[in-house]
Amino acid sequence: MGDVLTRIPVREQEPKVRATNFEEVCLGYNKEEAMEEATRCIDCKNAQCIKGCPVSIDIPGFIREVKEGKIEQAYQVISKYSALPAVCGRVCPQETQCEAKCIRGIKGDAVSIGKLERFVADWAREHNVKPVKDVEDKGKKVAVIGSGPAGLTCAGDLAKMGYDVTIFEALHEAGGVLSYGIPEFRLPKTAVVAAEVENVLGLGVKLETNAVVGKSVTIDDLMDKEGFEAVFIGSGAGLPKFMGIPGENANGVFSANEYLTRNNLMKAFREDYATPIRGGKKVAVVGGGNVAMDAARTALRLGAEVHIVYRRGEAELPARVEEVHHAKEEGIIFHLLTNPKEILVDENGWVKGMICIEMELGEPDESGRRRPVEKAGSEFTLDLDTVIMSLGTSPNPLISSTTKGLEVNKWKCIVADEEKGATSRPGVFAGGDAVTGAATVILAMGAGKAAAKGIDEYLSNKEK
Amino acid sequence: MYKILKKECLADNIYLMDVKAPRVAENCYPGQFVIVKMDEKGERIPLTVCDYDREAGTVTIVFQSVGASTNEMAEYKEGDSFRDFVGPLGCRSELVNEDKEVLKKKKILFVAGGVGTAPVYPQVKWMKEQGYQVDCIIGARNKNLIILEEAMKQYAENVYVCTDDGSYGFKGNVNDQIKELINHQGKHYDLVIAIGPLIMMKFVCILTKELQIPTVVSMNPIMVDGTGMCGACRLTVGGKVKFACVDGPEFDGHLVDFDEAMKRQQMYKTEEGRAILKQKEGNTHHGGCGCQG
Repeated sequence: MGDVLTRIPVREQEPKVRATNFEEVCLGYNKEEAMEEATRCIDCKNAQCIKGCPVSIDIPGFIREVKEGKIEQAYQVISKYSALPAVCGRVCPQETQCEAKCIRGIKGDAVSIGKLERFVADWAREHNVKPVKDVEDKGKKVAVIGSGPAGLTCAGDLAKMGYDVTIFEALHEAGGVLSYGIPEFRLPKTAVVAAEVENVLGLGVKLETNAVVGKSVTIDDLMDKEGFEAVFIGSGAGLPKFMGIPGENANGVFSANEYLTRNNLMKAFREDYATPIRGGKKVAVVGGGNVAMDAARTALRLGAEVHIVYRRGEAELPARVEEVHHAKEEGIIFHLLTNPKEILVDENGWVKGMICIEMELGEPDESGRRRPVEKAGSEFTLDLDTVIMSLGTSPNPLISSTTKGLEVNKWKCIVADEEKGATSRPGVFAGGDAVTGAATVILAMGAGKAAAKGIDEYLSNKEK
Repeated sequence: MYKILKKECLADNIYLMDVKAPRVAENCYPGQFVIVKMDEKGERIPLTVCDYDREAGTVTIVFQSVGASTNEMAEYKEGDSFRDFVGPLGCRSELVNEDKEVLKKKKILFVAGGVGTAPVYPQVKWMKEQGYQVDCIIGARNKNLIILEEAMKQYAENVYVCTDDGSYGFKGNVNDQIKELINHQGKHYDLVIAIGPLIMMKFVCILTKELQIPTVVSMNPIMVDGTGMCGACRLTVGGKVKFACVDGPEFDGHLVDFDEAMKRQQMYKTEEGRAILKQKEGNTHHGGCGCQG
């Protein structure tokens, strides 16, 4: 300790222990550790870290409070900008955002902004400190579709401005990807997600679960019959992609969405919940993103030997460095520069293996990343009983196909302007994965925030 | 919470319930389904809609208690409530969107197998309400499993009941009944809509393909969310992967890969079987798959 170039290490569960349970991996800072880490922030006048944050949190401002041990004040600083600090402190890719811009990072470790945010949010929850709302009700109804990061942020911000907000959620629990997608060991559901949802509802936001907009009710009905003057669509990503290789519909092949939803939302890992999951004994996860790491580490905890199969190299893995590091520590086997060719199926229709081929990196493709090409004759077979496809998603047509005048692009994502979230239809705003395709929690929150501003402007102008 | 306003036992282990769910009742059409989750720890169970009353705000579901979860559901009484009831999910039956003039010229035969009679019923009713006459076969293994016969007779021009063991109506399966109608009674049909067990729909489709009668089936695969998120319900139709929850549940029966669908239906059979054992004999049957400690 005391070395100003090095961050205070954060306590974690031992890899061998955590590989067998669903408890949180990272244990977070205690107050002493947080206060000491906070002293490493040099409180830059022109703070670069704020520019790296999609919701522009006053980072030096909250760290200043932490430094002095004023955690409640630190929380109030953060909650001006973010409705979900305990979530963001855990799942934001800080290393490519705020922390990437930190001056401390030039010569040593960046200030551990994410872990400090997490500490502040956890402390506030444990001490029953809530975000405050001190505006008059505007008496205008706004509907928010989806209770994921984009929807919760948009709803929270609008409520703080005095709007009467109702969130419509298709599933039986609020949280969107925070509930169905990200596993318990990275983001505890009851302690963290439910508590932050409660904070948003505490601002006066109403929540209607089991309401599939586009099916149970349409946007036209919400606006024409139910008196909502504006709508925000934060309905998330949608249909899982598959590769189109032989054997993909065999029993034992899952989308990462299904595997994670069974386990996270439906809690299949717990004996007292009714939903089954086939954990598998030898599992391959195809893909290299955060969702792939989540699926792999879930399968591991359900007792499997787990292989990650990814067609590009280590440097190209889209997952956060921390997630890849944790996965390796826990014993996930990586097959990089490897691509599946065919899933082998036994006589009863179950997965028995997967033929893979080695790849090498060729010329850069349109994404700027070097295109992987097959190495002739390098096929090999992995013996498996389960394959999890984690290849991203394509947009869900439920809303775009049932809402008149809502423009979508060629990928069927809803078209919305980045600054204010406005769509082609007046009064309808959108943001998050429904607009961008699968991205991160914090980018969705940024879009929810921008749309809240857009909606406020729209409704204020309408009044005039 | 979604209150059960009426419960009726239709046949051995087959139950009907009217559930208060105004948003679903307001927006549902024949062909669609709902997902029921009984309590906090329950599964999400997809069930086809058997009827709906927009004014009363109720939706009628029919289910057969065949597994741990549906056995538990059968214990629910009038006045009890389900924690979650979501819908309508899936696409409306094609009949609903079909051009009236086209529909008028078509003679339709509905083929209902066992508990599959429930989703056939609202389609037959809808057709009658629009002014079309249809025929309907109701088939089951034996007399005790025939449901909704009287209700169906109110709306179908002709109802033909058949049982495998001959304990009621025509002796034979639904295919025997179809052949009887077409070959011996001189009936002609332009469209068959068959809903029932996968094996029944498969063989109806083999027959109607021979007879060159276009056939629509309704698929009820394993599902989790039912909104297009998880992909558990995928099946192959005409060589393409489709999601029953958003692309279906109705498909061209002559294009559906039934063998694959039947294999996929078995996926959780062992897990489900274990759950029933657990329910009957106590918590001694988990961990057998090696997936839990």
